[in-house]
Amino acid sequence: MSSQPLQASNMEELLEGIWKQNPVFVMALGMCPALAVTVSAFNALGMGLATTFVLICSCTLISMLRRFIPREVRIATYIVIIATFVTLVDYIIQAVSLALYEALGAFIQLIVVNCIILGRVESHAAKNPPLSAMVNALGMGIGFTIGLLALGGVREIFGAGQLFGISLFGQNFQPWVVMVLPPGGFFVLGLWLLFFAWLAKRKEARHGA
Amino acid sequence: MSGEQPIHVVPPVNSLRMVRTLMLVTSLCGGLIVAVWQITLPAIATNKKVVLERSVRALIPNASQIVEYDASAQGVTAAKGDPADGAVRFYAAYDKNGTLDAIAAEGGARGYTDTVRVLYGYRHDCECIFGIQVTQMRETPGIGDKIITDPAFLKNFERLDVSLTPDLKSLFNVVKTVKHSTKQFGWEIDAIAGATITSKAVGRGINDSAQRLLPMLVPHLEVVKQKGGAQ
Repeated sequence: MSSQPLQASNMEELLEGIWKQNPVFVMALGMCPALAVTVSAFNALGMGLATTFVLICSCTLISMLRRFIPREVRIATYIVIIATFVTLVDYIIQAVSLALYEALGAFIQLIVVNCIILGRVESHAAKNPPLSAMVNALGMGIGFTIGLLALGGVREIFGAGQLFGISLFGQNFQPWVVMVLPPGGFFVLGLWLLFFAWLAKRKEARHGA
Repeated sequence: MSGEQPIHVVPPVNSLRMVRTLMLVTSLCGGLIVAVWQITLPAIATNKKVVLERSVRALIPNASQIVEYDASAQGVTAAKGDPADGAVRFYAAYDKNGTLDAIAAEGGARGYTDTVRVLYGYRHDCECIFGIQVTQMRETPGIGDKIITDPAFLKNFERLDVSLTPDLKSLFNVVKTVKHSTKQFGWEIDAIAGATITSKAVGRGINDSAQRLLPMLVPHLEVVKQKGGAQ
């Protein structure tokens, strides 16, 4: 890949992560936080933004340093850089909202081992210039945030009868508790994957006709 | 021999370059972490204080001034930084006349998924705990989180007996959580049916904290009363 010049425009690069290679719905990466913290849309948004911040900062810095990092110590270097930005985001979230920090719990620290980030760094940022790495990371971050919001939104609507804390169905609504439990995460993810598979099949059928 | 393909020899890795790169990257990262820690520290401390004060005020609505103290074997002192080893942090709430209204302290124990932390209110006149506020909990929604909302469970803490032995060395009775509907005594907590582990964590957290705090606090209660009046 390093020998190939960058062909895609920045917009294509951005859209790749958001749609074509969406980390949650297409590549099925980062499933641990995707299932664990998406009990509400607010948590999903917080986790998505935190991961996007780490993705953009890590990919940009690693891309800038890519010529100086020897191949033999690249993983150690990447992990140190990723862990640094995760620590920063950890402090920043504590400074902004302790309620969000409590809700996201250990999953903020676990961003260090999120496979989306190391995957992006290894397959893209380490081989491309900073602007391209940053745009690609931004696209992946937005795609991941959309994925989490799609899960968190549905789970909060049915599991608590509200969205972003705003009540939708009134007091008579009986929450589906299963939606905020771990099985609810798998259930909603399965339904979204089914929906995207159906979309893809329909598109294929149209092109075939 | 002349027809053979030339062999590409991978140049030997320069060890010094590897060490130098790692040192540079770790130094850069270390500097970044320390800088952001310094910048965010005041905001984090303020946030923690606000959250705690909110919990104390929810527990003791009459509180007009809240003062932090540390109780240790040496006595009671105004809190400074983190509590020393063996010391227990507590919060004295004074009413608008400067009279000590109640004491609040935090206890925690392992629940079903994580540590359950509760802030409990203590009054010396009844030698009892009169209420709790859950400050940290990640228990199962709809089951374990009933410790916040279940009225029957919260009733346990309206007058939970935490009186000390005559020598003021420990609680007269160990605070403990009992099976649902089997509570007999004032120092027992009736568990929520289906959420026994979380209910037990609340009981254990309160007992552990009260067993440490009250024997160090009660003999020096006058100090707390006077300091409140002086401020």
